[in-house]
Formats: sequence, structure tokens, C-alpha cells
Amino acid sequence: MSVFFVLLRRELASYFFSLTGYVVIAAITFLTGAAFEQLISGLVSDSSAVPLTQIFFMSFYFWMILLLTPPVITMRLFALEKSSGTYETLMTAPVGDLEVVAAKFAAAFLFYLTMWLPLLAGLFLVAHFTNEAGALDLGTLGGMVLGIVLAGGFFLSFGCLASAVSHTQMVAAMFSLAFGIVQFTVAYWVKSLPLTDTWQSQLWSCLNLFDQITDFSRGTVDTRALIFYLSATFLFLFLTLRVVEIRRWK
Amino acid sequence: MIEVSNLTKRYAGRTAVDDISFTVARGEIVGLLGPNGAGKSTTMRILAGFLPASNGTVRVAGFDIFHDSEEARRRIGYMPENNPLYPEMRVREYLKFRARLKGLGWRHSRERVTTVMEQCGLADMGRRVIGQLSKGYRQRVGLADALVHEPELVILDEPTIGLDPHQIRAVRALIKSLAGKHTVLNSTHILPEVEMMCGRVLIMFNGRVLASDTPENLQHRIAGGNQIVAEIAAPEAALNAAWENLAEVEHFDVSATGGDFFRCALTPRDGFDLRPVIFALACKNGWGLRELTRSHYSLEDIYVQVTKPKTEDQE
Repeated sequence: MSVFFVLLRRELASYFFSLTGYVVIAAITFLTGAAFEQLISGLVSDSSAVPLTQIFFMSFYFWMILLLTPPVITMRLFALEKSSGTYETLMTAPVGDLEVVAAKFAAAFLFYLTMWLPLLAGLFLVAHFTNEAGALDLGTLGGMVLGIVLAGGFFLSFGCLASAVSHTQMVAAMFSLAFGIVQFTVAYWVKSLPLTDTWQSQLWSCLNLFDQITDFSRGTVDTRALIFYLSATFLFLFLTLRVVEIRRWK
Repeated sequence: MIEVSNLTKRYAGRTAVDDISFTVARGEIVGLLGPNGAGKSTTMRILAGFLPASNGTVRVAGFDIFHDSEEARRRIGYMPENNPLYPEMRVREYLKFRARLKGLGWRHSRERVTTVMEQCGLADMGRRVIGQLSKGYRQRVGLADALVHEPELVILDEPTIGLDPHQIRAVRALIKSLAGKHTVLNSTHILPEVEMMCGRVLIMFNGRVLASDTPENLQHRIAGGNQIVAEIAAPEAALNAAWENLAEVEHFDVSATGGDFFRCALTPRDGFDLRPVIFALACKNGWGLRELTRSHYSLEDIYVQVTKPKTEDQE
């Protein structure tokens, strides 16, 4: 267990002691700021009863963050170590493959959560200056955080897998970006399908990222979405572990 | 300490290591010598537990590197080729991280890091960022990393590559100082280095171990002992007759050097020292003697001899 924390600490330090980490945080602050501005102007022009979080989630900026940041955060995890050769020193130390994968994913995930902190500041600013008591409600806020956590875990775990199978950061980033784009395209396509009661239609709706996130932002937690995101995240992490282990196979 | 038996490593369509077996005893410094592409690095990566073998077994300190990988790796300090490090970290921070990763406790890792930094000449470098260090210092950081958890076995893949002569000397002295306390397996394609540092040499070529012995024994085995060279002023026929009559001379070659002197190259039987006999012969016959030397076969000669026929076959 101590090895996990030693690795986690190093991984986190490499985010916060490198320029990349701060560039990502700056870019996200800019995008959340832009989303916040859109949110405020939306609120001023239209005082309908749509929850604030939903306006944010439906903004173009939110999706941009969700699509672009996981590849940038995860691309270095394994690929950088492989291309610089430090993977060899890491894996010849007495560390378990599971500890390595878990520490790397945990570090990426913690960085991802840190990156969202400026959003909280924006939301509390709204809560402070608005007269409407229902503008920010704990249920919708909780749903929003859950949505960010689940969707983040989903894309970051795929990023881990992409980084583990690639030898350069660029390939890893391309791979996970392509996955994000495919996921978005499928979600867009599924959204346009007529909803029926057939099992196929139900299955496809699992991939409808947009409606799932909208549900979360309304404060509705759909267990199907919850199970889908959690199991997909674990599947990708399991595959990452297998990829790391392959090296030791005869 | 190391027991390698029938180790084979195949990559797609290519055999990098071909059925090699050897053992290394505790406290030995062994040099793995061979040209580029001989299979040295692959062998070391398998020994360090980074790559699996296609066939055969490797045991380090009694632990199978494949089945008891973590236990075996706990006992190995490995410095890969090109010595990869995290350039953004500071020297002390990096060594501390590595020590903790290798299972040392918080306090113990602090003590060990201080010790290895002194041992490797890094005492004043703790706060320096690794990416800004010279190659020599980076190499020392790599060595310090390999030693930080007091491993029983230290595996160093080309530890002196790319260093200037002063740095090479410092690194060699450091490796030599490890004898007795640690078992060291170190690879190189620089011949004098092995002669200077290692008690035993393994010569690898095309994935096979062609020779394994001390540098001295290799000289005896391959060159049949030392050659004696004598330059003597005497009639050529008399010299030829004298060497033929000497039972201790296995092979001789007499050639004119100009003037009255002849150069005699003599190979003694069973490492016999011919020099007193030659001197006595010259005195008895009143021959002039102007040179009497024993030539050493260097490891380079042995190496060329061992690897030559196969190189030519390949070409």
C-alpha cells in the first residue's frame, strides 16, 4: 500500500511541478470562465426555471473540456515513461503492476478534480449575488459533481489504456481523443433515434452521453448510467492492467 | 547469486539470446562483454525482471525471476542502458522516491540516500535538478539509485558509456569498490574496462556465451600461455636447431630483423617460463642477446579471436 502512495505522490508532483499541469489548469479556468459568462447572460435574458447546472452542462464549453482534457492529462502516464526509458527503472523496482496502474489513474483523477475547482468559485459567486433561492440547489449541484466524476472517470480510464498501449504521448493523445470523438458522435446519433421499448433501443440509450449528463444536472441519478460509467471505467482499468502485465508474459 | 540455465529469448523472427547458461557467485564482479547486438542488454533486462524469457530459468539469490519476481527484484539494483531518470526531479528527491519505492521506510530511506550520495560523489548535488546535471553526474545518480536499497546484486548496463575519461575513471573506481559487498554484473563493449574491473569475463556473441573465465585464464586457454620474444645475434640454422632441441618449446618462429639479429617468437609448453633457459643458452654459445620479453595477450586479442570466425561467416 505504501508503494501506491509513493507512486501517487510522484505522479501528482509531476503534474504540479510541470508547466503542462498549469497550462491545463489555465485553459480549463478560461473555458469554465467562458461557460460561466454564458451562464450569467443566459440567466439574465431568460429567467425560466431551468437549473443553473443544466445551463452549464448544455454549454459548448463544458463538452469541450470533457473531450479535450482527458487525453492531455492521461497521455503522459505510461507513454512518456516508455519513450524516456524510465518505465524500465519503474518496473524493475519491486512494485506490483496493480499498484502502478492504480496510482497513475488516481493521480490523473485527482488532477482532473482539482482542475474543476475554479467552477465551484463561479457557482458560489452566482449563489452569492442571485436573489432566487432555487438557482443553486444541493441536489442539482450534487448531480453535477457526480456527472463530472463519472464522465471524467470514464474518459480518463480510457486515456490510461491508450497511454499504456502507446509508445509516444502524441499517439496516446490521438488515440484517446479519437475515442472521445467517436463516443460523442455515437451519443449524438443515439440522441436522434426514436425512443422505443425494444432492448436494442434501451441498450443504445446507455451510450447517450448528452441525455445522461442532462439528467445528472437536473439532480436525477439514473442507476443505469451510474452502472454503465462505473463498469466501463473498471473495464478500461482492467484492460490497462492486462496491457501492463503482457510485458511479463512469455 | 545468479543462476541462469538454458535461457533463450526470441523476438518475432529473431533469437536475441540463444540457450545460454552461467552462474555468478556472491561477491564477484563479472563483465559481460560483446559487440553491439550480441544480446547483452536483453540478458540483463531478463535478469532484472523487465522482460520474460522465452525459455529457460533465471534465479537470483534463490528466487525465480519469473515466479517470485517481486522478491527477486527486491534484491537487485539495476541501471539500464542510457540511464533513464526523471529530469524534472531534484537529485535527493529522486533518490528518496526510489528508496521508498524499493520498500525502505521513511527514516531508513533518508539515511541510505545520504550514504549513497556520499559514496557516489553527489554530496553537494542534492538540490540540483536532474535535467540540468552533466552526463557524468547523471550517471552517478543512476548508480546511486541502483545501490540505494543495498541490493545483493547490482546489474549495470554499459555504466561508462558517453562519459569523458575522468568520469570513466571515477565510475570504474566506484564499481570496483563494490566488490565483496555486492555482486556486480556489468556489461560493456570497451575491453580495457573489463580487464581493469572484473574478476571474470563472459564473452557474448550472437546471443551465445562463447567464453567465461578470468581474464588470465582466458589468456592461457586461448593463446596457450604467453609468447616469448627474443632477439639474438646467431646463425639462423643454429637458432632453429636450438629451439627444436628444447622440449619446453611448443612452437617457434625465427625471422630476420636486419643485421646479425634474428627475432625468435617462441610459444612455451604449459605456460613454462622460457626466459632463463634462453638467457643461459645465449651465454653458453656466446650469442648476443638484445631483447628478451614476454608478450601478454590482451583481452582484445582474445576477444577478436573468439568472435572472429563467426563475424566472417556472417559477412
